Amino acid sequence: MTARVFVPRDSGALAMGAESVAAAIRDEAGRRGEPVDVVRTGSRGMYWLEPLVEVDAGGSRAAYGPVAASDVASLFDAGFLAGGAHALGHGPVEAIPYFANQERVTFARVGIVDPWSLDDYLDTGGFKGLANALSMGGAEIVDTVTESGLRGRGGAAFPTGIKWKTALDAPSDVKYVVANADEGDSGTFSDRMVMEGDPFMLIEGMIIAGLAIDAREGYIYLRSEYPHAHETLRRAIATAYDHAYLGDDILGSGRAFHLDVRLGAGAYICGEETALLESLEGKRGMIRPRPPLPAVSGLWGRPTILNNVITLASAPLIFEKGAAYYKDYGMGRSRGTLPFQVSGNIRRGGLVEKAFGLTLGDLLYDFGGGSRTGRPIRAVQVGGPLGAYIPESQFDTPLDYEAFSGIRAMLGHGGAVAFDDTVDMAAMARFAMDFCAEESCGKCTPCRIGSTRGVEVIDRIRADADRSGNLRLLGDLTDLMLYGSLCGLGGLIPYPVVSALKHFPEDFGAEDVKELNLPF
Amino acid sequence: MPDPDTDATRSALALKLADATLETLRDPRGALLPILHAIQEEMGCIPESVIPAVAERLNLTRAEVYGVVTFYADFRTEPLGRSVVHVCLAESCQALGSAAVADAAKAHLGVDFEGTTADGAFTLRKVYCLGNCALSPSVMIGGDVHGRVSPGAVGELIEAGRAGP
Repeated sequence: MTARVFVPRDSGALAMGAESVAAAIRDEAGRRGEPVDVVRTGSRGMYWLEPLVEVDAGGSRAAYGPVAASDVASLFDAGFLAGGAHALGHGPVEAIPYFANQERVTFARVGIVDPWSLDDYLDTGGFKGLANALSMGGAEIVDTVTESGLRGRGGAAFPTGIKWKTALDAPSDVKYVVANADEGDSGTFSDRMVMEGDPFMLIEGMIIAGLAIDAREGYIYLRSEYPHAHETLRRAIATAYDHAYLGDDILGSGRAFHLDVRLGAGAYICGEETALLESLEGKRGMIRPRPPLPAVSGLWGRPTILNNVITLASAPLIFEKGAAYYKDYGMGRSRGTLPFQVSGNIRRGGLVEKAFGLTLGDLLYDFGGGSRTGRPIRAVQVGGPLGAYIPESQFDTPLDYEAFSGIRAMLGHGGAVAFDDTVDMAAMARFAMDFCAEESCGKCTPCRIGSTRGVEVIDRIRADADRSGNLRLLGDLTDLMLYGSLCGLGGLIPYPVVSALKHFPEDFGAEDVKELNLPF
Repeated sequence: MPDPDTDATRSALALKLADATLETLRDPRGALLPILHAIQEEMGCIPESVIPAVAERLNLTRAEVYGVVTFYADFRTEPLGRSVVHVCLAESCQALGSAAVADAAKAHLGVDFEGTTADGAFTLRKVYCLGNCALSPSVMIGGDVHGRVSPGAVGELIEAGRAGP
């Protein structure tokens, strides 16, 4: 009997040598004359165990990791093809607490199926949501999304149903669906994992969005830093065309949807929706003032559903199992699950999909296992480079959109980056301003000029040059950027800066932050 | 001093690449970025001398094309080294000491960020996020991402990524 061995092709696993491990398994199997089928999958998201090799062992999958190519011979010696004991063994992968304690809803297939295999997708419920959506009218599709409580997973958490309804109601004979796959925030990789590990789910979600508003064309705007996601998406799209899930006549329904991938070119600002549209149109990624919203006037001036990858990838399940199924997860107005991502200085970095409501501390300690360096975790930046730094005193905050707003922070795309007690928070505040200066599109003055002035002001504070005057100036500057910027780059960069100053004033040599007139 | 023959050859190649790219697009609108990617992939950079030809083909002004080329970090008007070493300096990698990794890479190559080694083998660049945050610090060498890179190991990784002339 041919043994099946699963080795991830996820780019995180590849970064730890998964390709050479897969080759070594094939070679060793050949040498020993043992028939082995090496299946390439996405990642389970337990990155500290990558490359995580799994084998079919009597109904469950036994896990071994992190495996180096040099471990492969000893794995064969230990009889790993039948789940044999080995120092790198972890038993059944689904019993590993990190994995067992999650609610894998959107990520149900990632790390399990072969992402290039349409059969794998169909065998695991794939395209059932589309079949249901094909029997509905546009308004009914939009109502279902509204009923599910789904909110934009890209960071802004805007209710998806309202966005779709706006695009539905906007009169136009041509409309578009665009997936924002410009996942540029440090500490976030869930979009990448979906695109590399379950691309058909995104495609299916985009087709459903197209049916909702009668858009017949869609684009995935993918950052150029994700070449493996690009290859997987291109293969999946070609397969979807071959099997009439895409094209002029979806599954004989008479409905059309075409889909293309377009690559970005290394500009963080193109994750901002209007800059993304400009870039898709072949221009500099300069943001557009809103209104009009993209849902009314988006790509080439047409009504456009522009959603994050995870948002669109959530649609198939909602249409397969119903809005109520999805809505049953979560707390308050944050419904469903969020694939949290824990990284930075953390022992067990990876992806944790949970219903909203676990606390930041649960994520850092129960899942993450504390810091990688073994020192106390001092600060955590949640929600990417534009998110607030959170001190230990707030680690009991539930991971929920409203709870985070309540502490003047944001959940964003669900990424949490941990820092130990060696971090210099004034240096991190300076980095935030410097990053903003580097990535600003230059359209509005508060962001373009304010970020450079911010770097200078923080440099003077750190050099103790008129420290109290410059601290007050930093308060004024962040207030101006917060309220005066055109988009979320200049408008949110005050969050990491002000939170660093407010929670860690000692790093700035600040005595009384209440006197500084900070914007929050 | 511009070399007209070379410029003409380059422009002809750029146009050929532009036309080949346009063939692959379902909608020719917004073709500039895909075309620039194709030119850079093939020619190693987007020489300023090809900008007028690309602009004319797309019915854009030279300024519009130049503006796009200079806006995006991926596009360069001068050739890079044969391998590009990208050190991630985003927050997650910073939290695990990417600054020291960057210093080690600079010392190994003898260049600062954006510098190319004298033999043309490597260009050192910084990047903000490779999406490998759970395995920080990350370095990408010639398109291959490496995770958990230590300052002591980066030199060896760079040498393994050396591409022939």
